[in-house]
Amino acid sequence: MKKVYSRPKSLKKATFHYCPGCGHSIVHRLLCEVFDELKIQDRVIGIPPPGCSVFAYNYLDVDMAESAHGRGAAVATGIKRACPEALPFTYQGDGDIAAIGTAETIHAANRGEKITSIFINNAVYGMTGGQMAPTTLLEQTTTTSPYGRDAALEGYPIKLSEMLALVKGAAYIERVAVNSPANIKKAKKAIKKAFQTQIDDLGYSLVEILSPCPTNWKMSPIESWKWVDEVMSKEYPLGVIKDITGEKDAD
Amino acid sequence: MLIKTIFAGFGGQGVLSMGLNLAQAAMTEGKEVTYLPSYGAEVRGGTANCTVTISDEEIASPVASSPEFVVALNQPSLVRFQNQIQSGGIFFINSSITEARTTRGDIELIEVPASEMAEKMGNPKGVNTVMLGAFIKKSNLVSLDSLLKGLEDSFKKKPKLIDINKKALKMGFDLF
Amino acid sequence: MTKTLMYGNTAIGEAAIRAGCQCYFGYPITPQNELTEYMATHLSRRKGCAFVQAESEIAAINMVYGASLAGVRVMTSSSSPGISLKQEGISYLAACELPAVIVNMSRGGPGLGSISAAQSDYFQSTRGGGHGDYRTIVLAPSSVQELADLTHRAFDLADKYMIPVILLGDGMLGQMMEPIEFKHEAPRKLPIRERAVRGAKGRPSRIIKTFTSKPTEMEEINWSLFRRYQLIKKNETTFETYMVEDAELIIVAFGASARIAKGAIRNARAEGLKVGMLMPVTLWPFPYEKIKELGRDTKQFLVFEMNMGQMLEDVQLALEGKREISFYGRPGGVIPTPSEVLRVISRLYHQKGLKKAK
Repeated sequence: MKKVYSRPKSLKKATFHYCPGCGHSIVHRLLCEVFDELKIQDRVIGIPPPGCSVFAYNYLDVDMAESAHGRGAAVATGIKRACPEALPFTYQGDGDIAAIGTAETIHAANRGEKITSIFINNAVYGMTGGQMAPTTLLEQTTTTSPYGRDAALEGYPIKLSEMLALVKGAAYIERVAVNSPANIKKAKKAIKKAFQTQIDDLGYSLVEILSPCPTNWKMSPIESWKWVDEVMSKEYPLGVIKDITGEKDAD
Repeated sequence: MLIKTIFAGFGGQGVLSMGLNLAQAAMTEGKEVTYLPSYGAEVRGGTANCTVTISDEEIASPVASSPEFVVALNQPSLVRFQNQIQSGGIFFINSSITEARTTRGDIELIEVPASEMAEKMGNPKGVNTVMLGAFIKKSNLVSLDSLLKGLEDSFKKKPKLIDINKKALKMGFDLF
Repeated sequence: MTKTLMYGNTAIGEAAIRAGCQCYFGYPITPQNELTEYMATHLSRRKGCAFVQAESEIAAINMVYGASLAGVRVMTSSSSPGISLKQEGISYLAACELPAVIVNMSRGGPGLGSISAAQSDYFQSTRGGGHGDYRTIVLAPSSVQELADLTHRAFDLADKYMIPVILLGDGMLGQMMEPIEFKHEAPRKLPIRERAVRGAKGRPSRIIKTFTSKPTEMEEINWSLFRRYQLIKKNETTFETYMVEDAELIIVAFGASARIAKGAIRNARAEGLKVGMLMPVTLWPFPYEKIKELGRDTKQFLVFEMNMGQMLEDVQLALEGKREISFYGRPGGVIPTPSEVLRVISRLYHQKGLKKAK
């Protein structure tokens, strides 16, 4: 009998605490599959942020250390510089990486730090209760943009990945989504490539993942998956944004 | 003994290295010593100064509010420090490029035409070294020998400059 | 051993390297730039070491946190405004029980303040400084030699108690040169701590974290921190005394103020005024017991600081209202002179009717 599906070795035997339809659990699993396939479980160091994924260490069976809000890239820099054989990656939400941690992120990328960032973009602050994020779409209603985001008052949805593409030290940046089997497959490929970029010492790598948050979007899981396709990915188009890794494919 | 000296002048005249050479020589003579340069925004705009304290016992403060000796290599330093010198102290001035003379009667004024002397010996950058020679002769803070030895150390990487600076130092020393 | 003339700032750098400091992360700020520059020169190209000029003090302290997570000896330095920015990371280091050495060559404040020497960061240093219920060990050097010696001790203490250690100097100590000698050679092999995250090779994966959704679990973490703090108080409280045996008046001063006070005391003694000094070397833990003990024989105390009276409160706690305490302070970056302090001593001596030596 051929085994076609099993729990990745790097994924702990624990039930996810995330809401039904949330993208985090999918991304966690993808990460673990990649760790197994690249055989890097014993080199990876995960840096989860404050937020819903603060408990990522309950699921990922790798060394992990908590970061202060937004400081993931600086913490990963410290780890990598002190221990170059390690493979630190940050796991950051949109508020974490694109608001409070913008400086740390851009400068880590600019130094070409050999680290990887997994950027979960769900257009809201999730754990704190659905406040406006830097990536919240125009007219999107949140608890702190109750009349809908108005560019004149609240500015525009920020495109961090495109900004980072301008930074010389960034080697590989791709935006993916986890709202359909096809997109999930592409997301995994991107994550794998990002870690391969780090393993090959090519520079900073980042995968932005459009990730549904049905609870704060006040939608059903199915509706939220559709919203990613029909609304969110219009503002944040999917695809490779920058790749100077020399077309080396992780597959 | 507790003696404080301020060296002051334009940036580039070598006032900091004057202080440093003196501090180094005092250290080799086994004395207690501190060296405190001016820093930060104070040194922007072209002037620099440093304070050297030499003592037989532990030095409480490296700062000099009323120094025993002041060495002024330019006019602004002369104006700035002339009233800070302790009564009975000595004011060393580079008479080649300073105009106003102090009106204080309670301090000794030593005029050293350091710029002219340095120029004449073909070492225009040696103003500070000529002045240092005159300074130690009058102040008797350290011996000429320890300073000469110190010069050898500080020009270790540029041995060509050792002799010309030794000459400048002796020329200042022999002025009085 | 031969002495060398060295700046306070560079002496810290050399002492850190000799203590096995492997990583340094910093951001330029006066009056401590010579230390950052020294580390750039000596660590950035050294095998197995790292130097990063960070984009901010916040980034720098979080890099320190990262390197400490990876188990190496790590240091950052800054001056007052920059140290305020580092408080976030110091709180995380304390919470995660991670060692690090943080140098504060403090300057006048509040705000951007002045770049001259001041001691106005005493409260911030000795009360934790950031959010949460924690302490850091605080060492207060008063000379270039002590900057070097206490830098070495800071690394040892940090590792021994798994705690961030603050070296609290000031702009004067950092910018001045004095003859010093180093008592240690740089280690051949750089130390790597066992409790670290460097990848789970040959062991179960490891988590270093502080967040918990259970208050009782957080309470347990706080209790465990405070048990260690008790131990530090018991073992590491350090101070120096100077001519206290027959003193009618004892000055309590630390760091730069202590050396200034010492000069004033020497002159006071020459005039027959029986003055002594207690200098805390560790500001936290603070030598409460020793001051209390000195209060048994001496009735008059003078606290002298380059601030508006911060350590004063600790001396008040130590003496429990049983002894008279006077205060003399110069804030903002003004460096008082020994003769100024001598005048304060003479005035107090007269005011309080103290007896001169025969």
